[in-house]
Amino acid sequence: MITAGIDMGAKYVKVVILQDGTVKGKAIVLMGFDPLEAASACMKEAAEKAGIDPGTIDHITATGAGRKAAPNANSDITDVGAAAKGMVHVKEGVHTVIDVGAEEGRAIKIDAEGKVIDFAVNEKCAAGAGAFAESMSRALEVSLEEFGKLSLQSDKSIPMNAQCAVFAESEVVSLVHAKTPKRDISRAVHDAIASRIVSMVRRVGINNDIALIGGVSHNPGFVDAIQRSLETDLIVPEEPDYVSALGAAIVAGERNK
Amino acid sequence: MNEYKTEPLKSWKKAKELRQKYYEDYQNAHAKGGIRWTGGAWSFDAIPAGLGNDVYNITGEPYGASIAFDKKLSMECLEAAEAKGWARDLCSYMRNYWGSMYLNKYAFGGEYPQPDFCFQDHICCSHAKWYQHVAEYKKIPYFCIDVSVGPYKDLDEDRLMFVVNQMHESIEWLEKVTGRKYQDELLIEAVKNEMRSTSVWAEICYLNMNKPAPLDEKTMYSLYVHGTLAKHNKEIADFYEELRDEVKYRVDNNIAAIPDEKCRLMSDTQPPWGFLKVFRYLEKFGAISVGSLYTFGLIGIWENKPDGTWGPRTTPMQKGENITTRDQALRLLADWNLCKPEWQHFYDPNLKTEMMLQIVKQWKLDGVMLHLNRGCEGLSCGIMENRLGIAEAGVPVMTFEGNMGDEREFDEKRTVTRIDSFMETLGYDMQEETAKTA
Repeated sequence: MITAGIDMGAKYVKVVILQDGTVKGKAIVLMGFDPLEAASACMKEAAEKAGIDPGTIDHITATGAGRKAAPNANSDITDVGAAAKGMVHVKEGVHTVIDVGAEEGRAIKIDAEGKVIDFAVNEKCAAGAGAFAESMSRALEVSLEEFGKLSLQSDKSIPMNAQCAVFAESEVVSLVHAKTPKRDISRAVHDAIASRIVSMVRRVGINNDIALIGGVSHNPGFVDAIQRSLETDLIVPEEPDYVSALGAAIVAGERNK
Repeated sequence: MNEYKTEPLKSWKKAKELRQKYYEDYQNAHAKGGIRWTGGAWSFDAIPAGLGNDVYNITGEPYGASIAFDKKLSMECLEAAEAKGWARDLCSYMRNYWGSMYLNKYAFGGEYPQPDFCFQDHICCSHAKWYQHVAEYKKIPYFCIDVSVGPYKDLDEDRLMFVVNQMHESIEWLEKVTGRKYQDELLIEAVKNEMRSTSVWAEICYLNMNKPAPLDEKTMYSLYVHGTLAKHNKEIADFYEELRDEVKYRVDNNIAAIPDEKCRLMSDTQPPWGFLKVFRYLEKFGAISVGSLYTFGLIGIWENKPDGTWGPRTTPMQKGENITTRDQALRLLADWNLCKPEWQHFYDPNLKTEMMLQIVKQWKLDGVMLHLNRGCEGLSCGIMENRLGIAEAGVPVMTFEGNMGDEREFDEKRTVTRIDSFMETLGYDMQEETAKTA
């Protein structure tokens, strides 16, 4: 049986193809302005890597913000459900999943089977998501990769209290004008993102083990900030941005039986 | 696959007519030589009824909600209030109401009808200032009763008399500002009507314990509202009895609000009035909101029954008590109102959590949807503590942010996405036939 999960995220499309439960191919493509084209290109690339014809896929399950618009999908699952399902497959013993993408942050409490017990999603605040880190790296004129690493070089805590990405950027500009070193500003930004995420995690309750997934998990500055805030180590899968697509692919297999 | 029989509510037409008549009566009161007054839905409206049979009121919250439902008018009103310098985080009903007043636009056509006086009680900070400002702006007299005597479980003679004495003063004040002689027999009649309408509304909500539920909450919003307009009014008390009989008929004959009830939920606080379609969205999952502490307890009056369940409060008339004097009527009216469920958690969020869990248990609910309502400080106060208490009791709970009367605070798409996630965690998929068109 061949199944696929397609994660129509706010910024990237991710596809994971499973053959009898084993990952055969995966791909990630920038969403851009044409979600259908991006989704098709992503599916094509993943199928090529898997060495299959996309037409032979038995069941496709879509997830992500644009899941209802995913082409050729047979079913869909919410971001929360896909993240939980994927994470349990990647690592047993996880009971709290933190999923931070371009525009949304989520805290999910799950049981041993991956059933969602409770969840919280950021609301009316973009300062707890990946797009904020990107815009701040632009403000500091450093690459996103460099931005995350810079943060690790700082040992200063500068509070950023704005409840909105736009106003937080104003705080960053003030810090730039005050000649604050970039590394300290970078840490302040990552701490601000982490504090918003951690408040959601505390809302659903912290049960070990805790995993961090989503594209922002690639950012070492953010991982460090959230670990300091939670005062515990987090499990970060090797490919954290594929976990939800993997979860969707697993669900596709369950639904195809 | 439909499981239950459904049919339209026969009382619906009358409900609409009564509501329309209420706003028209208020609008036309002066043309008939009558009195117009304004105050909150929890004001002691039975008291001004003693001034005569031609006394008409308009309550601010349902009026603000009616404006909120009309998005274009609401935006005009909110902006008019903001132009006067009022902050956006104030009560959105109040801002809609004030905007209507500033613009001199009545939501039901024509000019804003000038009230003769404001008659209010101090249930929250917004309510006290709301009509104080109306009185100052319109240059009309204002009377406010302080009801902050703590939760009903702590009520004693001194606390009760603190309210009753103010009620007595209010009657003297009413005579003075209107020049009319007060009629105790009209007060007694109004008190009896209020007890009847609020107890019977609780009975209607009680009947919604049935599976399938005979009413859904979106429909209940259009029915409970009569109690928020004029709970002392005989027509409304009579209407609730008719409605109760129809709901009982629906229960006896298994007539459902939705044909495929699978999942029973409740909400909390005022809904986002401009987006009631989210309640219809639930139906795609075979889910129904059967009510809430808000719908049940904003107007409904309840009591703990000997078996530990919640039920409609027994009226003094049902106990065989005869109300004959002004003082007796006022004491009963104060006691009756101070036990209102939604009044209790202004003092302690734990009281609300307990009541909500009682509803979950007794109405056999699968989950709770909490509206983090930025438009109402009173009913939203402590709501995250309620969430915690409900979750700790093992009851699935979701939150969504919004505003009852300011659409700028509500994100429909994200709310729907959140409902999807919540329903998925409860184990309910969108019905196959609707999934294709959703």
